[in-house]
Amino acid sequence: MNKWWKSGAPWIWLHGGAVSISIIMVFGLLLLILVRGFGHFWPHPVLQTEYQVPATGERMEVIGELRRSETLTGQSMRDAGIPIPVDQVLVTRHLIKLGNRDIAGRDFMYFIDDFMGDWQYPRNVAVLERREWGDFFGKPIRLLEGDQQLTLGGDELWPEFQRRLARSNQMFDEIRRIERVEIGNINFRLERVRLNQRRAELRESLTPELEAEFKAQRQVLQAEYSELQQRLNQLREESRRDAIVMQVAGGDEVTVRLDQIVKAWQPNAMSIPAKVVFYAQDFAGFIFGFPREANTEGGIFPAIFGTVVMVLVMSVMVTPFGVLAAIYLREYAKQGNLLKTIRISVYNLAGVPSIVFGVFGLGFFVYLVGGAIDQAAFPEALPAPTFGTPGLFWASLTLALLTLPVVIVSTEEGLARIPSTIREGSLALGATKAETLWKVVVPLATPAMMTGLILAIARAAGEVAPLMLVGVVKLAPTLPIDGNFPFLHLERKIMHLGFHIYDVGFQSPHAEAAEQLVYATALILVLLIVVLNLTAITIRNRLREKYRAESD
Amino acid sequence: MIPTHAIPAATSSMAAGLFDTQNREVLSLADEEIAISVQDLGLYYGNDQALKSVTMDVPARRVTAFIGPSGCGKSTLLRCFNRMNDLIDIVRIEGEINLHGQNIYARGVDVAELRRRIGMVFQKPNPFPKSIYENVAYGLRLQGVKERATLDEVVERSLKAVALWDEVKDRLASNAFGLSGGQQQRLVIARAIAIEPEVLLLDEPTSALDPISTAKIEQLIDELKEQYTILIVTHNMQQAGRVSDYTAYMYLGELVEYADTMHLFTNPSQKATEDYITGRYG
Repeated sequence: MNKWWKSGAPWIWLHGGAVSISIIMVFGLLLLILVRGFGHFWPHPVLQTEYQVPATGERMEVIGELRRSETLTGQSMRDAGIPIPVDQVLVTRHLIKLGNRDIAGRDFMYFIDDFMGDWQYPRNVAVLERREWGDFFGKPIRLLEGDQQLTLGGDELWPEFQRRLARSNQMFDEIRRIERVEIGNINFRLERVRLNQRRAELRESLTPELEAEFKAQRQVLQAEYSELQQRLNQLREESRRDAIVMQVAGGDEVTVRLDQIVKAWQPNAMSIPAKVVFYAQDFAGFIFGFPREANTEGGIFPAIFGTVVMVLVMSVMVTPFGVLAAIYLREYAKQGNLLKTIRISVYNLAGVPSIVFGVFGLGFFVYLVGGAIDQAAFPEALPAPTFGTPGLFWASLTLALLTLPVVIVSTEEGLARIPSTIREGSLALGATKAETLWKVVVPLATPAMMTGLILAIARAAGEVAPLMLVGVVKLAPTLPIDGNFPFLHLERKIMHLGFHIYDVGFQSPHAEAAEQLVYATALILVLLIVVLNLTAITIRNRLREKYRAESD
Repeated sequence: MIPTHAIPAATSSMAAGLFDTQNREVLSLADEEIAISVQDLGLYYGNDQALKSVTMDVPARRVTAFIGPSGCGKSTLLRCFNRMNDLIDIVRIEGEINLHGQNIYARGVDVAELRRRIGMVFQKPNPFPKSIYENVAYGLRLQGVKERATLDEVVERSLKAVALWDEVKDRLASNAFGLSGGQQQRLVIARAIAIEPEVLLLDEPTSALDPISTAKIEQLIDELKEQYTILIVTHNMQQAGRVSDYTAYMYLGELVEYADTMHLFTNPSQKATEDYITGRYG
């Protein structure tokens, strides 16, 4: 035994165990996110059954999606007043998504297995994803065009409905495009005219001719606007034409207008390949779509876009700062106690809780610096702030500050690793210190800088707390990049995946509906960070290959 | 004039094979054009004196070797000639080194300009992480030469001078790290002579190389001395004997003996020199 201890074998087991536990935890986490996240988009079958409400004995029809089942003790159920036989130890209950939030009042309900009838999966049950009020479950009965009922055979109803739905969706996309892009542009230009006029007023250079010109510009834009508005009304009117009558659980008939439906499917009638296609479309819609219903429905495109743009802007800001600071610290500053203090302070900056950076960003960047910028550069917009309010630029700058130490430390280490013989070789050819630095040393240190940037990106993309204070919002009306000059709008507020997870998961009124969305969003966030990192790592490896030194 | 007559039997057996004692003429500094003259040079690392009052004249277009045991200050002395020691904060230098009569340690001397006139090759090959072409062109680009034709010509001439041209002419654009150690060292020499210095300092240029590469570099030194004043530090006495015209023996920061190479090896005037070259040192 003593010998076994001395051989070091227990230590090897201990080390190996530590490594495996870490790996299992990481992969377990990824697996959980993967399964739950990817599961969200699969078209689940819809069941139909009878249920006898335990308290009253009333019978009701249930149509819905099984979300999960759990097993409880009979005692706890009996305590809750549900009549379970005394000798029954375990009770199974099912959480079923009923949809029809507007009619039934609640989306999700628990049903106790003992009181349920046989489960059936009728092929004609349809799920309608609506623009408002969540999903709708029911059986299609007939189609309406205006007040007219369409006479269709049983098999023709669903294909005809899908055709008409495609038409209405096309119109909806057109409406959305006009609203977002065209009217958005007109508003942007109108605002610009207003600001130009206000600026002229402030400078007291507003002549009557100028005023007339502004007025003319405004009139042109207003005319364009009313034209678009007319077109919009027309489209809306047309898209309201069709409706479908559905029979819901319990037998009632409910009419749903097609312009309220995003998409519709009959999960029980779908083959596996059809489900795969549906899955792919749903997933694409999630990534490229815009959120609806307080973020609990629709896509997360603005959040992905905001995260990427913010990380890129941060990289652009942190890299030069970090690299220049590291070069000064390593190459020029006189090594001494003062430098040691500065270096320790910089390193410790990495350990400051991120929310502190958020508070600093809000107090210093947003209110002080941003306020000053507004006074100096955008007086015409006041009292509405331009840069004096949280936004993309300040979020990126705060994160740049947060990740600065990482870049500085990596760059310094990279510089320290450059062999002195290479510097001497350059100096011996008559290069000055600066020439040596920029032509030989810094290129050689670029892989180390990239390493710093990779770490910075990983940290920045996952950060949430400080961002809530300096520019990330629940729902941003516009993307930070669009077709209006100057294309990248640094002052705009953005959405962010990390904050989106928090918002959907913990701030949403439909917690059950949002749960899977949280996993799916988390999955996208992890994938996004992986992609960003892989990109940076590829660039670094290219550079390494280019500057491969004999020594390493 | 040092007498050429008797060669005492006491000198090393090594010397006998190295020199053609019958036909080789003993050289004298008095007949040489002096390129560099060192006056009373002292060097301190903080409080430690590494060079003690070194005074010597280095002849132009000759090879002068510095030999001596480790830590004797031969590399330190070599690095004084292009002021490489300036890079070390704690170094203090007194005395003078005159390059063609001009003190390189005088106030107002442009160190970068000085290093263009006095090239240096180091112990380990240190090519830059650039292409072979850019390595050789580096010095010229620093001087602001941009014409492609000039650069091409200089690169070709320099690589030919170090007998590397034929080996690399087809891959000038590839990374210099892809070359072998011996090729890298020749590339570094090409890089140094591309800017046409007057003096070439070689700090143990073959210590990291295999015998074949060493032979090539030695042959190269022989060819280069037609044009350049060469100072070489080596701890290989055979090498000093083979390539140099004059040899300086240093010990503990002092210049012990400095004379024609054959004379120093076959007829040293100092006991310490004789002990060192016959292997009795230490």
